Amino acid sequence: MAIAEQDGNASGYAAPETNYINNGYGLKSWLLTKDHKRIAVLYMISISIFFAVGGLFAGLIRLELLTPQGDFSHSDTYNKLFTMHGVVMIFFFLVPSIPATLGNFLVPIMIGAKDLAFPRINLLSWYVYIIGGTLGVIGILAGGVDTGWTFYTPYSSTYSNSNVLIVAFAGFLAGFSSILTGLNFIVTIHTMRAPGMTWFRLPLFIWAHYATSIIMLLGTPVIAITLVLMMLERAFGFGFFDPRLGGDPVLFQHLFWFYSHPAVYIMILPSMGVMSEMIACISRKRVFGYEFVAFSSVAIAILGFLVWGHHMFLSSQSTYAGMVFSVITFLVAVPSAIKTFNWTATMYKGSIVYNTPMYYVMGYLGLFLVGGLTGLFLSNMGLDIHLHDTYFIVAHFHYIMVGGQVMGYLGGMHFWWPKISGKMYPEALGKASAVLVFLGFNLTFFPQFVLGYMGMPRRYHSYPDEFQILNVASTGGASVLALGYLLPGIYLIWSIFKGANAPQNPWGAKGLEWEVADTPPTTFNFESTPVVTEEAYQYGPIEEH
Amino acid sequence: MWTDFPLFPEQASSFALKVDGIYFATVLLSVFFAALVSVLVIIFAIKYRRKSPDEIPRQIAGHIGLEIFWTAIPLVLALGMFVWSTVLYFHITTPPANTLEMYVVGKQWMWKLQHPEGKREINELHVPLGQPVRLTMTSEDVLHSFYIPAFRVKKDVVPGRYTSLWFEATKIGSYHLFCAEYCGTEHSRMIGKVHVMEPQDYQNWLTGGVANEPMEVAGERLFEQYACHTCHKVDGKGRGPSLVGLYGKSVGLEGGGSAVVNEAYIRESILNPAVKLVAGYKPIMPTFKGQISEEGVMQLIAYVKSLKAPELTSVE
Repeated sequence: MAIAEQDGNASGYAAPETNYINNGYGLKSWLLTKDHKRIAVLYMISISIFFAVGGLFAGLIRLELLTPQGDFSHSDTYNKLFTMHGVVMIFFFLVPSIPATLGNFLVPIMIGAKDLAFPRINLLSWYVYIIGGTLGVIGILAGGVDTGWTFYTPYSSTYSNSNVLIVAFAGFLAGFSSILTGLNFIVTIHTMRAPGMTWFRLPLFIWAHYATSIIMLLGTPVIAITLVLMMLERAFGFGFFDPRLGGDPVLFQHLFWFYSHPAVYIMILPSMGVMSEMIACISRKRVFGYEFVAFSSVAIAILGFLVWGHHMFLSSQSTYAGMVFSVITFLVAVPSAIKTFNWTATMYKGSIVYNTPMYYVMGYLGLFLVGGLTGLFLSNMGLDIHLHDTYFIVAHFHYIMVGGQVMGYLGGMHFWWPKISGKMYPEALGKASAVLVFLGFNLTFFPQFVLGYMGMPRRYHSYPDEFQILNVASTGGASVLALGYLLPGIYLIWSIFKGANAPQNPWGAKGLEWEVADTPPTTFNFESTPVVTEEAYQYGPIEEH
Repeated sequence: MWTDFPLFPEQASSFALKVDGIYFATVLLSVFFAALVSVLVIIFAIKYRRKSPDEIPRQIAGHIGLEIFWTAIPLVLALGMFVWSTVLYFHITTPPANTLEMYVVGKQWMWKLQHPEGKREINELHVPLGQPVRLTMTSEDVLHSFYIPAFRVKKDVVPGRYTSLWFEATKIGSYHLFCAEYCGTEHSRMIGKVHVMEPQDYQNWLTGGVANEPMEVAGERLFEQYACHTCHKVDGKGRGPSLVGLYGKSVGLEGGGSAVVNEAYIRESILNPAVKLVAGYKPIMPTFKGQISEEGVMQLIAYVKSLKAPELTSVE
């Protein structure tokens, strides 16, 4: 992609003696760092802890659902388990997952900058996240919360006897951390691109993060306000949402989903950016229809703001409002299809290598296809009457957010791990983890589509006997999935101590982070500002059609 | 085997076949696209597997014709599905004229139901076969959702307002009734059964057991107990409008506009009388918020509905 003074030469690569990891030791050098790469590592460690906690809750949920009777836990305990699973996974894992880790690490390097535009704000965002996360943990230890992650009123504001205030406030703070991240990315991408790095030479990872940042910046304040209103009603009896106090519970749903639907795209767009990078690399080929893939990210971000009402087809929202939300939701299928077809076409006549990132790409495509296509069932108003609030929904959003984003996160982690850590991980184990995650995931969540159509409502602690077989299958799948997630945790940490040193560009990929930056990168990424003279993913002369 | 391990619930209402139809069509479409992309990806991965480490394939930038092709096809299909699904939605949410009216109040964690003839039920609903039934629903506390999978109907039950759903049962039997909107501790026990009976059996069931006061009679009693009749006089000469023959009509409002007198309007007029005042009347009616239970309000509504205009007598 770029020509600079340095020439990336894979064989006999001599890494510089100081890099961002060994440039300063001690806790203070990490906790007060302004280096975007170190902050990315801080985020990586913290979100991994939350992922483990959220996963533990999921495991307990699946154990309870092995049998139709609610015999493993009390119903209050179960309600807290699924609530805290949702709160932890969404606010403290999925939303920050790719942007705060891979995004933080790669956005400045990919555009040829030394750091993000506001390094101190970047560090602040991590502290805000950690304070939010700590409050969340305190709320959990103090007995938890049982409202569902959606905090629907008037249950949350009036009726629940759990720690709603502290956990909602934790979510509120986590929101500010993503506002700060989004702001930082937008300013950085606008103002800090290296000479020659035009908008249409940006890697698609950057386009995806740009679109994500717009949502973070414009959507998150709305959920912050909504949570504040709910907390005011709960603490002081202000009547916003409870009809007994003169409020309207449906108003809460409008405000909540106005953020939370776009937030779903925060939880998928970054992984689409990761996939574009990985597919280009494993096919050693320019991404087919670059502009279309780039603009489809922006289209998804914009359309994402206009579809919140599809969560409310049955909430007594007017029929005509429902129609508008339904048709716009159907339209989201178009940019998603454009991406999928362009990725497929990128592989056409490519030179495809079978490595761990490739395994993750294949898994991602499979899961994202199912997740995306099942969205068509739910934008469909006539069908949504039956499917709303059943396990069909649960399966659908897990295919998108876990099958999509988590697969993208893990895939990206394997793809850029050599760059981040400077070490290689065992290939065979990497491939095995991708296969385990793919199989375990499908076994866990595919049966839930069938359960949903059969009519099993979500958030049920006990259920009628006829739903048991599929629930047993789902719980069995969850144990395979857990193994698939545990494995990379083990061998990636192992590789830090025992892994072989990574060359500058182990995959022979294009991009400033591979070709110019060192492995691991130095503190300011580049010795001198690189000058970009090529298109993105220019593996050879590009043929126009 | 098939009965032990069903893939979809029983089809017991006039909607079931239509909903299953659009479901299967969407499944087919999804399977087609999923198979198309998967097969292509797998074929490409096998056929174009990297042969040597320094192999550089031809760099194809894109193809505008293909982009238009795979933008247009999903667009047309999506819009087609939107039209089909919206027609179905209107069908499912628009009740016919001759429905049997029943009333539902949800509360943590039970369903309270009442038939116009007075019969009350908890967590059970008896309905006649082949007759359209319309439910008017509200909640005493938090959000609930009334869901009968075998009928393919569901609607949120919202405190502070009325929602409604209708169905026509087509198969004798007992079916699950679920609360589908999370409502607290015993959410998963807020379940019940819907029993579909032959119309004759339904009539026997209605009249059997304890003699019940019909809803409109109970409503009339409340009407007098709360002294509604002192203002809402039958002859229209009271301080409030006469309620005779009012249900289903459109009334002009003080300050302009009009409102159709339906369940929601009557409820609002009892609990918040000043909001939509009938033109020509003063805002003197007190609010009955907190004084009459949700079920009492429903009985009053049943009474107002029963006040039919006398047939072609008073020509003024």
